Amino acid sequence: MASKFKNVPVINKFEIESLLRKYRELMKKKQKMDRVLFCEILCNHFGMTDSIMMDNIFRIFDRDNDSIINMEEWIRGLSVFLRGNLQEQIKFCFDVYDLNGDGYISRDEMYQLLKDCLKYKYTPDEDPEDTKRELVDYALKQLDMDSDSRVSFADFETAVKGKELLLECLGPCIPDYRVKLIVSDKFFRDENDDQEIMKIKCSK
Amino acid sequence: MGQTLVVLAERTASNGGRRGKVEQTESNNVMLKKFLEFLDTKVSDELGKFQFVSPMSWPTTLEASDLSGSGCTVNGNEAISEAKSTEGEPMLMLKIVNNVPTVTIMSLEHGNIVLSCADSKGKKTSELRHCLEANSDPVAKICGERFSTIHGPNEELVRYMQSGGAEGQDEAEKQRNKTLALLLTSFHQLDRDTLKETFGVATSTTRLTPDEVERWVDLLKRYCGKDENKNILEDLDYFPEYNQKLKNGCRALPKRQIRGEICYIVAVPHDTEPVYITATTDGYFVSPPLENGRFVFGRAEGEETYSALIPLLRNKSPLFNELIDNEEIFQQMEDDKEKGIIDTTGDLNGEEGRYDKGQGQEIQKRQQGDDQKAEKKKHDKTKKKLEPSLKWRNLMIEDHKEIEKKDDKKKKLKPIKKPRDNKRHTGSDGEDSFEESSSESEEEEEAPDRRQDANTDLPSEYWQIQKLVKYLKSGNQTATIIALCSMRDFNLSQETCQLAIRDVGGLEVLINLLDTDEIKCKIGSLKILKEISKNTQIRRAIADLGGLQTMVKILSDPMANKELKCLVAETIANVAKFIRARRTVRQHGGIKKLVGLLDIPPASSYNNMQNAAKEKEHEKDIEVACTGAMALWSCSKSKKNKQAMRKAGAIPLLAKLLKSENTEMLIPVVGTLQECASEPNYRLAIRTEGMVEDLVKNLSDEHPQELQMHCASAIFKCAEEKETRDLVRQYGGLEPLVALLGNKENKDLLAAATGAIWKCAISPENVVRFQELKAIDQLVGLLNNQPEEVLVNVVGGLAELAKEPQNRMTIRKAGGIQPLVNLLTGTNQALLINVTKAVGSCAEEPDNMAIIDKLDGVRLLWSLLKNPNMQVKASAAWAICPCIEHAKDAGEMVRSFVGGLELIVGLLHVKDDQELTEQDIEVLASVCAAIANIANDEENLAVITDHNVVSMLAKLTNTMNDKLRRHLAEAIARCCNWGQNRIEFGRQGAVAPLVRYLKAKDPEVHRSTAKALFQLSKDPDNCITMHEAGVVKPLMEMVGSNDDILQEAAAGCIANIRRLALANEKAKTNKTVPN
Repeated sequence: MASKFKNVPVINKFEIESLLRKYRELMKKKQKMDRVLFCEILCNHFGMTDSIMMDNIFRIFDRDNDSIINMEEWIRGLSVFLRGNLQEQIKFCFDVYDLNGDGYISRDEMYQLLKDCLKYKYTPDEDPEDTKRELVDYALKQLDMDSDSRVSFADFETAVKGKELLLECLGPCIPDYRVKLIVSDKFFRDENDDQEIMKIKCSK
Repeated sequence: MGQTLVVLAERTASNGGRRGKVEQTESNNVMLKKFLEFLDTKVSDELGKFQFVSPMSWPTTLEASDLSGSGCTVNGNEAISEAKSTEGEPMLMLKIVNNVPTVTIMSLEHGNIVLSCADSKGKKTSELRHCLEANSDPVAKICGERFSTIHGPNEELVRYMQSGGAEGQDEAEKQRNKTLALLLTSFHQLDRDTLKETFGVATSTTRLTPDEVERWVDLLKRYCGKDENKNILEDLDYFPEYNQKLKNGCRALPKRQIRGEICYIVAVPHDTEPVYITATTDGYFVSPPLENGRFVFGRAEGEETYSALIPLLRNKSPLFNELIDNEEIFQQMEDDKEKGIIDTTGDLNGEEGRYDKGQGQEIQKRQQGDDQKAEKKKHDKTKKKLEPSLKWRNLMIEDHKEIEKKDDKKKKLKPIKKPRDNKRHTGSDGEDSFEESSSESEEEEEAPDRRQDANTDLPSEYWQIQKLVKYLKSGNQTATIIALCSMRDFNLSQETCQLAIRDVGGLEVLINLLDTDEIKCKIGSLKILKEISKNTQIRRAIADLGGLQTMVKILSDPMANKELKCLVAETIANVAKFIRARRTVRQHGGIKKLVGLLDIPPASSYNNMQNAAKEKEHEKDIEVACTGAMALWSCSKSKKNKQAMRKAGAIPLLAKLLKSENTEMLIPVVGTLQECASEPNYRLAIRTEGMVEDLVKNLSDEHPQELQMHCASAIFKCAEEKETRDLVRQYGGLEPLVALLGNKENKDLLAAATGAIWKCAISPENVVRFQELKAIDQLVGLLNNQPEEVLVNVVGGLAELAKEPQNRMTIRKAGGIQPLVNLLTGTNQALLINVTKAVGSCAEEPDNMAIIDKLDGVRLLWSLLKNPNMQVKASAAWAICPCIEHAKDAGEMVRSFVGGLELIVGLLHVKDDQELTEQDIEVLASVCAAIANIANDEENLAVITDHNVVSMLAKLTNTMNDKLRRHLAEAIARCCNWGQNRIEFGRQGAVAPLVRYLKAKDPEVHRSTAKALFQLSKDPDNCITMHEAGVVKPLMEMVGSNDDILQEAAAGCIANIRRLALANEKAKTNKTVPN
């Protein structure tokens, strides 16, 4: 099984095995990992709360669009999630933000992503919509390198490489640095599996 | 107690007497009003009936008839009350005394009657005024002389009450005592009320007095010194030419006093040129810089008048501004002042105007005056502007550009102000309009936020930044990140943007973000803070908002990643540029954390990674260490931080980092080291940890100048120790140091390099090497057209090198004597110390001495004996010694200095109870040495004898200091050669202490003491004293010494004693024979 993921460079054999074990463990109660279960995992283990964003992430994890995360998708997804380098993360985020999958993040898509970001009391003479649109303008200004009012992957890549902070500028979709550490710890060194880990270590 | 009443009366005493007028000043009116109020309301029946100890009388404006119907019997021109005192005198009486109607009262109740009668004629206040004019100390009259108002603490009341309880008194007396106590306390209360009330009025109208100026100068002087961390100013004093205090307390020339000038002050801040200040009765202002060393009278262009010295200095020197904030005493003073002003505002008019009416009226009055007065008013206004706004004060002082900018911003407001100005000149409702506009202009400056409505003149950045801060405040993480990224697109190095962020409350938000869990927000926020904290005002604001604490907390967070640590360290490096911030970092344990950053984990610790990733991590670690070093560099400017760093183990880590090849790393590391090298334990560590080699290595040419400079500066500080100097030579550091002298453009580098050469030249081995490298020629070349900090070191170096006779010649040949002598006229004390040393060393060579003499160098040296700095004095006196020794016709030369001999003998004067400091002793020793040389010339010896040199020297003989003993004995020896001096020394008790010198360890002391004893032993009485003091035994030992001079003097002394003994014996035998 593990041999299938040779082209996933950042993750090693032991980690793949751990992830698969985790997959099985999380699947125990159900037949397959569907959207609901996946979102539950994201929420419980990765501290994500935004359901729209979770849906988007599910969309990217579910590469074959069958509404089920199979083992391969699980491992590919999580490898980016937990161990992905910058390039892989850029790709992942861009895909998440590109809601309709047309290769561009349009102004509308941005609006969809950013509309719930502001929570302040508007003064009477302020139009909430205007304020939101302005925020979209700011985001677009940051990301749209060729000034064509939409963000291509190349735009996004250049922008993020210039300012790494822009990676998740349209909504959090990658676990936080700390969460990553905690989750890696949990997933790869589960206490229940201590014996197995020891075995693997010994065999090495 | 009753102080205010007296003050009131004193204010009136304008022409010396106690019977002057109570002037119609605002503060007096307030005081009178308060007093009347007191009499009206506070005086209860009991107090009112209290019989005065002695009656109070004053020439009244009332007539006897006015008093009818108030319990008085009127009889022609006289009126007498029905109420009688215990002695049967009327309590109230109006009589004609010397053709003036005079009223006499015995109680406050009757005083009130008089006043109410006067009130009916509308003369209530003036009546009270007359009363107080005639009775300078009403309380003494009322309660008895024992309560008369004195200055200073007065516990009479307490004592009085104690005695009241102890002695047996009848009921009536007890009652009276009780009332008296009550009365006294109410007077006390009145004092406090009145003082509070009049405070604002008084502060706004008082003018500067010579006394006040002197007090401030004295106070500030105490806080002056070289140390940038401790002393607020390098120096502050009256301008030397005008430092003589005249009878009226002024120091200005009488013809300038006409213009209200009091004195002239020179302040030398650490960071700027000296400031020349003129104190006038109107306030302080800055005068133009000196011209040919002479004070230029008048106001420098564009200078304002300040009401106090501190705001002026704050404005002139940013460093002073920073330092004074750390002197709690000044802080407190200013705080008090502000509180006072605000209080009075609240009390007096309760309007929103910032200034009490008194001031408004004052100004209104002036408006009606002529042009000159109008100008004065302008100053007053500027004065006021400076006072109350703490927030703005920083802005104004730290950056003048800033003011201009703000002015630009305010353009829009100007049209509003102008019509107001016009209106004011018409004087229709002058007071109100002035008050309003003054408080408004205040607000403009104080609260830039309020300018939101006046949006047209603000730069567009301001509005955009404001919008972004709004997003920061209200948005979630995503919006925050977008806003932070957008904010970074602004040119954050531009001041407009920096201040805009602060003004719209962005700093608070940015600092709050550091407290969140979102690492991205923290990074984004720090990236902005890192940039804007390059601005001094922002730094302070960050510290004020508690940003440092939060940042230190991030460093302690185990989850913080390396990027975050780097950013925090960089920001701390920027913020910790002022004392308070550095202290905060230390107090919150930041130093330890920052030192922790220096520890680069070995590359092997990342064994679970691939090579590329390993390298990347390692690079990050290096960057962390680098930024850590930068932060420590900033922090290491405080002494306590240096110790905290040492305790946190910074030294070995710095030593390790010093081996690095990376210049970016080396600069902060060496910068930190050179900063810390001011501490002896760091110097030791630098030597023992082998850092000298690395420092020398980094001096070489291939490194950037900044690094070279810090290395040279570290060597400068470390080379105080001999071992380090040797190490520098052994590692070949002298060559690159001399090579750096060629770099004439970079003054900092030059100062550091010459400093290092100076200190290294203390070791003779290094001097030899410097000779080979022809350092002297280069140093002499640097004697012209260099800033003082370079000159100090150059001259210091030359002074050390000139200890070698051969080098003295080299200096002459290189043409160094003339510039050196010229430098004797300078004012920089550190420079003067070195120059005198150098000139002194050079004077050992007769050829050099001829040149010095020709240039009148000795006179210049002599005039430095008047310098207030002890070290300069001592060093000048030392330099005079070789001059006298080697000059042709030295005696004639010395005599030609009018008052010179008197001056130098006067330096020997020591007060009876004075405890001698090391510096005092150094001065005394040097002056003794000079006097020993002067005394070689008989005529001069006669003169100094007239100036009482003998008793002064005799007084010093009890010293325990060997250096002073040596020169003192030498001086005594030489001074014996005139008239009765020998006998005089004996009479003044100088002989016995000298004998004790023979027990000293220093052989030099023995030699000069033996010489002195030999001279003194020529007087028989002295021989007896010596003998009694047990001189023979040690002298006998000294006869066996290898030192010829000592041997001879000791032998001579013994011979004299022996001769006396023989003569004595002979006399005895002669006497006995006839018997």
